Amino acid sequence: MEALLTEGGTILAAFWMTVRLTAVSALGSLVLGTLLTAMRVAPLASLRATATAYVTVARNTPLTLVLLFTGLGIGANLGLELSDDIATNNFWLAVIGLTAYTSAFVCEALRSGLNTVPVGQAEAARSLGLGFVKTLALITLPQAFRAVVAPLGSLLIALTKNTTIALVVGVAEASVRMREMIETYGDQVIEIFLGFAAGFVLLCLPMGLLFGWLSKRMAVAR
Amino acid sequence: MSYANLYEPPGPRGVARNRVLTAFVALALLAVGYFVYTRFDAKDQWTAEKWTPLLRGDVWLTFILPGLAGTLAAAVAGVVLAALFGIVFATARLSDHAWIRVPAATVVEFFRSVPLLLLIFFAFFGSFVLIGVNVSAFAAVVFGLTLYNGSVIAEIIRAGVLSLPKGQREAAYAVGMRKGQAMRLVLLPQGVKAMLPALVSQFVVLLKDSALGFIVGYDELVDRGLNGIAANFSNVIPAAVLIAGVFIVINMALDRLAHRLGAASSGAA
Repeated sequence: MEALLTEGGTILAAFWMTVRLTAVSALGSLVLGTLLTAMRVAPLASLRATATAYVTVARNTPLTLVLLFTGLGIGANLGLELSDDIATNNFWLAVIGLTAYTSAFVCEALRSGLNTVPVGQAEAARSLGLGFVKTLALITLPQAFRAVVAPLGSLLIALTKNTTIALVVGVAEASVRMREMIETYGDQVIEIFLGFAAGFVLLCLPMGLLFGWLSKRMAVAR
Repeated sequence: MSYANLYEPPGPRGVARNRVLTAFVALALLAVGYFVYTRFDAKDQWTAEKWTPLLRGDVWLTFILPGLAGTLAAAVAGVVLAALFGIVFATARLSDHAWIRVPAATVVEFFRSVPLLLLIFFAFFGSFVLIGVNVSAFAAVVFGLTLYNGSVIAEIIRAGVLSLPKGQREAAYAVGMRKGQAMRLVLLPQGVKAMLPALVSQFVVLLKDSALGFIVGYDELVDRGLNGIAANFSNVIPAAVLIAGVFIVINMALDRLAHRLGAASSGAA
């Protein structure tokens, strides 16, 4: 226990990084995932093919490899500097990798949400003269979102846990801190593990409850 | 599946507009491609020496196939143990006795909410203090894969059993089966069958998660690719592309299997 208490500050700092990674990547994934969904149902075959190819590649590649790709590809070889500060630069590289990976799953969830919207909704929108963009943005997507609140919640929880893999691009979040602490306080392995595990349970449990409640509240009555 | 109901079939003007938009999309893709091409070209990532090693037989024999064997070994061990863990804990969580049900639920919920990497670190770095021996990276990876995916599989199987009609259990009792027999002979087989697509999807997750072994130095595909091939031919990007390709091919095959199983079971019902 002493290790967890004396290192309380650094542990909180590590979890704060986890929270920031999760929040920024979640926002990015939601935006990119929605865009990909729109592309996958668009009238243009080229857009559909692009989005389908992207989702297939991103979903089936291990996240470890995706993050290594962002680190080596974008960071080292594309030569994109996101910030002068190395820590900030790595943070944004991790956000890019996590977003690239998670948005593919958001797209899949939203697409299955679109399937729950009755055909009559889109037909009614079209008979009022709405084009594709307006039908999607005003009629079908809002209903699809309300149908997939629970799956999106699961994705957010998965993303929170996945931020631990950001250590491969050099972001000092919870998993890095835990490894360091096990090395320093070797005699308190169990307490350290349970402490970090509790941190993730504390992060994920409220999310699960909140999204469970939201999904009931937002469900479209049919 | 068709989403054509989201838009009218385009008329002559629509067709013309779609052509223009397609051209824009193509241009945008080309621009991205060109950007990546020139930046990588500046770092000499396209030179033939970096790509041709990937076609050589000895490179496949020394790096890719052994790496694939490592990945598959961890994944297969993980699948078998996770399936066992899942069946045991699904049954325990469905028990009529609270003293079995509640601890099982606690274990399952705990391992489901702890990141897999922390489980692997716990086993790998903590094992010496805990049990007096340093476990291998393979054991640590399989330990993590089993506990995490086993918990998820337990929940999938439990959902499958709960989705069965009540009559199945009642009929089993009516022909004189005990609770254990009804679970083992009637409910579990049907519950597992109903959930086969979800189970195969979870195996895809497990296979991808085995790449975490790279972080603790387990000798698998990502490790052989990035630390083996790339170190010998300094071709990180081509090696990473190839390895991603191998993962994608295997996972797409598993995905297709899940779809086929889903179609088969819904067709039978």
